[in-house]
Amino acid sequence: MENFIRKNLIVIFLVILASVVLFLPIYYVNLFGKYFVFAIIAVGIDIIWGYTGILSLGQGVFFSLGAYCMAMYLKLQTGALPDFMVWSGFKSVPYFLSLFANAWFAIPMAIILPMLLAVIISVPIFRSNIKGVYFSILTEALALVFSLVFIAQQSYTGGSSGITDFQSLFGYSLGSSDTIRGLFLITAAVLIGIYLLIEWMLSSQLGKILVAIRDGENRLKFLGYDTIRYKVFIFTLSAGIMGLAGALFVPQIGIVSPATFGIFFSIEMVIWVAVGGRGTLIGAIIGAIVVSGIKTFSSGIFPEGWLYILGGLFILVTIVFPGGIMGIWKRYKVFEQVNLDKKFLKDLNEEK
Amino acid sequence: MPAKKNLKYVISIGVIILVVIILFVVLRKHSSVKTAGKKPIYVGVLHSLTGTMAMSEIPVKNATLLAIDQINAKGGLLGRKIVPVIEDGASDPSTFAQKAKDLILKHHVSAIFGCWTSASRKAVLPVVQEYDNLLFYPVQYEGLEDSKNIIYLGSTPNQQIMPAVSWLLKKGYKKFYLIGSNYVFPRVANMIIKEQLKAEGGTLVGEQYTPLGSTDFSTIITKIKAAKPDVIFNTLNGSSNVAFFKQLMSAGITPKDIPVMSVSIAEVEVKGIGPKYLVGDYAAWNYFMSMKSKRNAAFIKNYQAKFGKNAVVDNPMEAGYFGVYLWAAAVKKADSTNINKVRQAIRGISFKAPQGLVKVDPINNQTWQKVLIGKVEPNGQFKIVWKSSKSVRPKPFPSLISDEKVTAPGVIVKRKNWKRCYEGNCLK
Repeated sequence: MENFIRKNLIVIFLVILASVVLFLPIYYVNLFGKYFVFAIIAVGIDIIWGYTGILSLGQGVFFSLGAYCMAMYLKLQTGALPDFMVWSGFKSVPYFLSLFANAWFAIPMAIILPMLLAVIISVPIFRSNIKGVYFSILTEALALVFSLVFIAQQSYTGGSSGITDFQSLFGYSLGSSDTIRGLFLITAAVLIGIYLLIEWMLSSQLGKILVAIRDGENRLKFLGYDTIRYKVFIFTLSAGIMGLAGALFVPQIGIVSPATFGIFFSIEMVIWVAVGGRGTLIGAIIGAIVVSGIKTFSSGIFPEGWLYILGGLFILVTIVFPGGIMGIWKRYKVFEQVNLDKKFLKDLNEEK
Repeated sequence: MPAKKNLKYVISIGVIILVVIILFVVLRKHSSVKTAGKKPIYVGVLHSLTGTMAMSEIPVKNATLLAIDQINAKGGLLGRKIVPVIEDGASDPSTFAQKAKDLILKHHVSAIFGCWTSASRKAVLPVVQEYDNLLFYPVQYEGLEDSKNIIYLGSTPNQQIMPAVSWLLKKGYKKFYLIGSNYVFPRVANMIIKEQLKAEGGTLVGEQYTPLGSTDFSTIITKIKAAKPDVIFNTLNGSSNVAFFKQLMSAGITPKDIPVMSVSIAEVEVKGIGPKYLVGDYAAWNYFMSMKSKRNAAFIKNYQAKFGKNAVVDNPMEAGYFGVYLWAAAVKKADSTNINKVRQAIRGISFKAPQGLVKVDPINNQTWQKVLIGKVEPNGQFKIVWKSSKSVRPKPFPSLISDEKVTAPGVIVKRKNWKRCYEGNCLK
């Protein structure tokens, strides 16, 4: 029993939190729905950065692709021609977009498209042995390219205004309290599901190989492992998780715009994981919820200060406690099972 | 397992539950409405205070707050104080949507004053419609939109763009070069201008779009030189303007050779770009700081007393200012802050703004105003060179490009026997 509780503490925490949030005013349900989406993103970042040591600053691209697929479905399902197509002089929806009017196509696509893109870009990158900071710069450029393309293709994507004004999802009005609560529950369930799945995956041999790639890729290669395959796999999985998070984000927030493609958002994601404690899924989840909580709170009180708080937090985390929130807990030996050993902490310190 | 360890986990779960319960209680309390006797009226002020749009939006926020302060100083509204709840849209549409929800559901505001970009307005629109609130939008925009939940304080195309084109044609500028940022406002504006040129006998010699915020115009300027237009119609937005005008001048194109007509450049932007690059260029608005009237002088004086004596004011700021007064007049007339009653009361209501009398159209919630064309002076102010003889009725769906019309706030229907026309000039 005690073992079970210890292993699933974060799940218990999330279940308690979710059931309590359900009874809060609807505004908070919506807000926590957003936080939980961010927590899913953080898990996706953590498996590539925390566990495999690949720092991507362009994960917002995969998130946005998923979000746009979902938004396209929400916009086209009514059958009417979207406003941005009307302005561009379209008489009907272009064929390849009209497929998105079908939920059975659009929603799987929200996950498949980002994964496809991830395979296409990551195979050549990993094959030519690009890693470390060069990989980060490449992904950052990817974010820039995509945001420019989506802004320029106004007739297909709504340009810089993005896609908004959705009415319903599967016949449920998106503004009603019940739908918001329902979407929140689905998000919570997806978060817990993804957490358990990844936790299981990481505890298997695969998890050990990933950590080995992070700590000594060359040694692993000499042992005969094809590390490129593992890296492509984990990067693609992360992209799929991002896409899924994007698809959950859109019906709750009611808009998608090229801003989510931007570098800022991608960097913010990395900060959640850094603050929570990279290399621990629990840390990533808590980091995402805590940092976005602070953001909501501080941007209401003094908006100009939020960016300083974020920057300060990031500096504090890197210099004072590189293990993030989970690192502090570890220091006081509350959780011995936390997958963050002293060597990792040392490595982190040396990296800087 | 030792009992001590067991205890540790029991304690940590206990702590988690405690934290969650505290959170629950605090948030509940935070969001509950206080129902004391004369409670204040909460209104939302939602502008970008950070990010690329902050430069333009902070002054509008200030002007909005000035109006609220003035009303409060005179005893408030219905004997109650107006309390502004200021939120930051952070130049990001999804933040705007989230903050609008925040204002309505958490702060229970009676109205929201805010937004600048079309993207932010389009993000907030579904929110105010869903939760039935009112948004007062202070900026000129592209039209093709109407909602019973938005009061449009800026001009529609027929109150700014179309008269500007007609004026230029009458002045003998026949060959137009269109340049704009790549988003909905310039796209729609140029769609209208192209039809208007066909109907009124002008020619289009070029049309170019650049990404928002782009700063390299060398290719475009070469194309402009080759096309030899009479006039450049500029719908660039934000910081791109600085680069465009400077590069235009260094390429040797002065306003004397090819003047530029802009619809997104007001006093604040002229100050930012530097008046010397713009002297002799034109802009179309509904208000200029240089307008001579007692009310305008008072508005400028009060604004500068509060926000610095060198501060300039412009059209969106003036709209942010009179928007509060229009809303206050409607609340007074309705004797209530109830959204439905205010919405009824605001139809057809008018106010003597710094620019003159403005009136909310009873059919489409947009504002009647006069059209002005100004020429940039060396001191950064505009000299008014043309003025419409009377207030122009707002038409969000110009018949030149749209076969739709508004019959009541938010009710959009197809026109019968639609013909592409503007002021008697029709396309065959």
